[in-house]
Amino acid sequence: MSQNMIELTDKTFDEVLLEDISPVLVDFWAEWCGPCKTISPILDEIALEKTGALRIAKLNVDENLDVTRRFEVLSIPTLILFKDSEPVLRIVGAKGKSQLLELIDEHL
Amino acid sequence: MPKTYEVVILGSGPAGLTAAIYTGRANLSPLVLEGEPSSASDQPGGQLMLTTEVENFPGFPEGVQGPELMDRMRNQAIKFGASVEQKKAFRVSFDQKPYKIWTSLDETDIIYANSVIIATGAKSLMLDIPGEQELVGHGVSTCATCDGFFFRDKTIAVIGGGDSALEEALFLTRFANKVYLIHRRNEWRASPIMQERARSNVKIVPIWNTKVTSVNGASTVKSLSLLNTETNETTELELDGVFIAIGHSPSTEVFKGIIDMDENGYIETGVGTQTNIEGVFACGDVQDHTYKQAITAAGSGCMAALDVQKYIENLVET
Repeated sequence: MSQNMIELTDKTFDEVLLEDISPVLVDFWAEWCGPCKTISPILDEIALEKTGALRIAKLNVDENLDVTRRFEVLSIPTLILFKDSEPVLRIVGAKGKSQLLELIDEHL
Repeated sequence: MPKTYEVVILGSGPAGLTAAIYTGRANLSPLVLEGEPSSASDQPGGQLMLTTEVENFPGFPEGVQGPELMDRMRNQAIKFGASVEQKKAFRVSFDQKPYKIWTSLDETDIIYANSVIIATGAKSLMLDIPGEQELVGHGVSTCATCDGFFFRDKTIAVIGGGDSALEEALFLTRFANKVYLIHRRNEWRASPIMQERARSNVKIVPIWNTKVTSVNGASTVKSLSLLNTETNETTELELDGVFIAIGHSPSTEVFKGIIDMDENGYIETGVGTQTNIEGVFACGDVQDHTYKQAITAAGSGCMAALDVQKYIENLVET
C-alpha cells in the first residue's frame, strides 16, 4: 500500500475525513467482491499518480457497517469522493481507469 | 511501422482465454484485450466473475469458484506466452491487413493484427423500466455476489427464470429473509436440479406470470409495481432490493456493419469459427445463442485457435 493510500474504519472515519479537507476518495470494498478486486490495482495507480492532489482510502464494508450504512452503500464497489469533508461524487460499480479519472478529475 | 500481432483476442472469458492458451502453445504470442472493469458481465474474466460456485465444469468434482477458475485460465494463458492488457476495442477496421483495433477514443491508440478472435461474450440485460437505472446501487443490482451482503434479514426479489436467476435467488437466501422470484412465464427455464433446489428452499417465494413495470423509491428501493399478465391485475410489492437476472445479449456493438450478425446481434460463423471477414474468427457466447456454457465457450475458443493457426500457416505458404 502506498503512503497515499489509507485504511479507514468506523472508528477513524470521522476523524480522518474532518481533519483532512483535501480530496479523499473512499473505496467501499470487501474480500468477496470480484469487481472490487479488479479495480484495486487501478486505484493503487491513481493514488500514486495523484499524490498531493488526492488521497485514496479503503473501507472494508464487512468490518465497518456503521459508515457503510450511513452512506447507504448497497452495492460494491462504491467510490465516494469527499471534498472539504463533504461527499461530492459517488461512483457505483467497477469502471476502467480512464473512466474513473474522467469522473474524478472534474472535482479536483 | 508499429508491431503487428499474429493474433489479437478480444475478450477474456472461457472462450478468449482458451483461445489464448492454444495460440500461445502454437507460438503465436497472442495479445488478449481482456476488457475494462465493470460490475456487469462484460468485464475481464466475463460472466463467471459474478458467480460463486461452478459445479458443472469438468475436472472439479468439488466445484470451483467462478473467479478462481478464470484466474487459473488467465495464468495458464500467460504461462504459454499470451500477453494480457486491460483494454477493450472501441472501434475496429478489417478493410485491409494489418487489421486495426482502437483501444480508446484517441485516434492514435491502435493495435495491429494479422488475425482477430472475437470473444467479447455477452452482457446482462436490464428491464428498461422506470426507476431501474436511477436506483442502481441503491437497491437495484445485477451482481448478487457483490451486493447480497447488504440485504441481510431483508426482503428482496430476483427477476428472471433461467439458471442464473435461480442460482442468484438461492445464493441470496444466505442473507435475505425472503426472496421473491418473479418470472413472466408460468414455468422456469432453469435446469431440473436448480428448479428442485429453488422449490425446496422455504425462503424462496415464486411469483408467476408477472412483469415488473417500475421500481419505486426515492433514495433506496421501496417497492416494485407488478402486472399479472393473465389477470391484468396490478399490485405493489414492498421490498428492499431487486436483483435482475433476465439474461444476456451479445457484446457486438463495435462490429456492427462490419461482421455479419443475426437480428439479435449474435455473430454468424460459417465453417468452424470463421466470420464473413477473412482472418477474423468468433467464439463463445458472442456467436452462441443456444448453449451458453463455460465449457462450450471454452470448446469454441479452442476451435477458433485451431482455425487461426491453420489460417496463418496457409498465409505463410502462399
